[in-house]
Amino acid sequence: MEGECRAPQARSSGLPAGGGGGESPGGDAPLPGSSGSSALLQAEVLDLDEDEDDLEVFSKDASLMDMNSFSPVMPTSPLSMINQVKFEDEPDLKDLFITVDEPESHVTTIETFITYRIITKTSRGEFDSSEFEVRRRYQDFLWLKERLEEAHPTLIIPPLPEKFIVKGMVERFNDDFIETRRKALHKFLNRIADHPTLTFNEDFKVFLTAQAWELSSHKKQGPGLLSRMGQTVRAVALSMRGVKSRPEEFMEMNNFIEIFSQKINLIDKISQRIYKEEREYFDEMKEYGPIHILWSASEEDLADTLKGVASCIDRCCKATEKRMSGLSEALLPVVHEYVLYSEMLMGVMKRRDQIQAELDSKVEALTSKKADTDLLTEEIGKLEDKVECANNALKADWERWKQNMQNDIKSAFTDMAEENIHSYEQLQHTRGI
Amino acid sequence: MEQALPDPERRLQPATLEPLGHPDAGLESAVGEEAEGARDEGPGDGTMMENNFWLKKIEISVSEAEKRTGRNAMNMQETYTAYLIETRSVEHIDGQSVLTDSLWRRYSEFELLRNYLLVYYPHIVVPPLPEKRAEFVWHKLSADNMDPDFVERRRIGLENFLLRVASHPILCRDKIFYLFLTQEGNWKETVNETGFQLKADSRLKALNATFRVKNPDKRFTELKHYSDELQSVISHLLRVRARVADRLYGVYKVHGNYGRVFSEWSAIEKEMGDGLQSAGHHMDVYASSIDDILEDEEHYADQLKEYLFYAEALRAVCRKHELMQYDLEMAAQDLASKKQQCEELATGTVRTFSLKGMTTKLFGQETPEQREARIKVLEEQINEGEQQLKSKNQEGREFVKNAWADIERFKEQKNHDLKEALISYAVMQISMCKKGIQVWTNAKECFSKM
Repeated sequence: MEGECRAPQARSSGLPAGGGGGESPGGDAPLPGSSGSSALLQAEVLDLDEDEDDLEVFSKDASLMDMNSFSPVMPTSPLSMINQVKFEDEPDLKDLFITVDEPESHVTTIETFITYRIITKTSRGEFDSSEFEVRRRYQDFLWLKERLEEAHPTLIIPPLPEKFIVKGMVERFNDDFIETRRKALHKFLNRIADHPTLTFNEDFKVFLTAQAWELSSHKKQGPGLLSRMGQTVRAVALSMRGVKSRPEEFMEMNNFIEIFSQKINLIDKISQRIYKEEREYFDEMKEYGPIHILWSASEEDLADTLKGVASCIDRCCKATEKRMSGLSEALLPVVHEYVLYSEMLMGVMKRRDQIQAELDSKVEALTSKKADTDLLTEEIGKLEDKVECANNALKADWERWKQNMQNDIKSAFTDMAEENIHSYEQLQHTRGI
Repeated sequence: MEQALPDPERRLQPATLEPLGHPDAGLESAVGEEAEGARDEGPGDGTMMENNFWLKKIEISVSEAEKRTGRNAMNMQETYTAYLIETRSVEHIDGQSVLTDSLWRRYSEFELLRNYLLVYYPHIVVPPLPEKRAEFVWHKLSADNMDPDFVERRRIGLENFLLRVASHPILCRDKIFYLFLTQEGNWKETVNETGFQLKADSRLKALNATFRVKNPDKRFTELKHYSDELQSVISHLLRVRARVADRLYGVYKVHGNYGRVFSEWSAIEKEMGDGLQSAGHHMDVYASSIDDILEDEEHYADQLKEYLFYAEALRAVCRKHELMQYDLEMAAQDLASKKQQCEELATGTVRTFSLKGMTTKLFGQETPEQREARIKVLEEQINEGEQQLKSKNQEGREFVKNAWADIERFKEQKNHDLKEALISYAVMQISMCKKGIQVWTNAKECFSKM
């Protein structure tokens, strides 16, 4: 039975939380109960100048947040929550560092697959050691994502790179594909590490630390495939229902997601197209320069001028190459990640709707007095909490996500603009013949 | 052996102009009012002024182009473009120009003029016409002859052609050229009356000469190689340039899509909205800036094209030399064989095969009188042959001398023009960079405010 080990629990036992030592408020008076902790948080917030939006995650309903996981509800201590909140805005206090590298090909009689090396460095107490090195394949990442989605149905889980890209792919394992995937997997794990809640997920920890055989046996402990499938069918029916009774703010959210998804997909296509055009421009320019050199061989007076033009064209080629690599390193992956994010978001909305629908169907059953009233009322009570929890979790995470999105998009495009400016400036200086 | 026909070329005398005024007035052909940019002033500048051209200062311009419909030779309706040629004479004192002539010509008449010049001035590198059909097209440019951009560029090219002819020290004196500018009706008939088409060398003859000539002037052989190289390298360059232009167009235009999408996206964003919207505007500006850039580049391409076609004109001069040289060699060979025949007849030895000789062997000797008669004929032929050879030799030398003078003039012109063109191309690129910097700086500011 996997549990989500709530890090706050470990924290409150006095283990150091990445460099946050100096700022712990009289941490020896852990206040149980929600309202107390939030009051204390408020005070601390003013001192630390935190982004208030993030606090919603740790509001009075935080303790109910993970009702859907199998773990018992744990009170969160203010100390632990403050330290969690700090991670977001003070990266120096980050205590979990993950890198994904060294893709390696493995060949068996049945299949060929790639594994990636994952190195984790941490100072967190709940980890048995401060450094881990494991190898994981894409399937493992998929498993992790599914587990996170189950544990936190209304949190915005970072997206995984696609399974495969049909278009233009001849061989599944060409170098560019692997490299792009590696970078995306790196991003995936780091986003989880940066997420105030997901970072303490138990499956996440197992993923980062367990040896291959340990992971396999851990995986088998989850809900079986059949039960998952059963859930899906029911889920679809439920979600349709949940749409109808969606509260206003979630309607707005859904609207945003739909339009955002459209636009980001277009931007993804446009950016890919620009890359392609730049590449083709580069290819032609590579042929263009040498013709001038060839010509200069038959000329006397014109030879120098021609060579000058040839070297300008050459510079231009190099500048284009740089632009292309800037695009493929910064802009394209970011935009593509948000394309995948937008798909994630739609899934999150669905799940929220499902949860709501579950409640609604029980309420309906109560009003029609079809089943045992007492039992229903109890169930409804639980479901109401569940809905509220889910909604709040989503709302909080939504704000966080939007802020990140804004920053990411802004810096990606700003960098691209900078790259272009730099590129043109370089060319300008070389043109003097 | 028959009498050789009198050399048609000896009879070829291009019509020259009667002097119209004082012999010491100089010609200045300047770019007309509608010419675009400094690039078209090439032929009219500097070095040409010292020569004695027309005896009045004139300005020539091809100022307009008009679509016309008419009936062609097969009495079918056709559409064509006519170009207005205006000639102005510039008064010395106040620099004012007075319109002296104005007429309309179509492209085929320009072609006729040029073909005439080619026949009558084979030792001159005759300026080329702008292309008949649009070539080296990249996707945006229409290959249609009626397309306004094409017509406009052709107008400029035709004006350039006229200016080049007018500033050429020899060509400018030609009467047919003068009439082209001044006599609208009947000009075609006048040209055809010169019978120049008949005097043109047959292509086949020229080809034959190229292969068989034994001792052409080495300079012409080198020039021929050079013109081949020039033609091949410029056409390769133009082809690739067209592809580069196409790609560059693509890069810029796709950015325009950002403009539209950013604008739509900004509608749902609160904080990012303004930044997105204004960044999008700059993307639109960026995308549309490519149109002007590539139009300028098209002018550059036209300048290169002119020299691509000039390469053909160079080859024509080389071909003429080869033809004349071959002709000379054949005449010399013919003379030598006749001399030998004569010698054999006189001495009675048969070294060369001749049908007459064979038949005499088979059917009996000819009489001494017959032999004498034959020797006499041969001697006459030899005499004539020697005279012809002498004049051919002289013509050949004249040709080489005059042609080479024009080739030197051409070389200087080419180096000057192409250097200018290449430099202005570089300047264009710098200005493109400047524009790029400006747009992206603006865009960056918008992005950073998001």
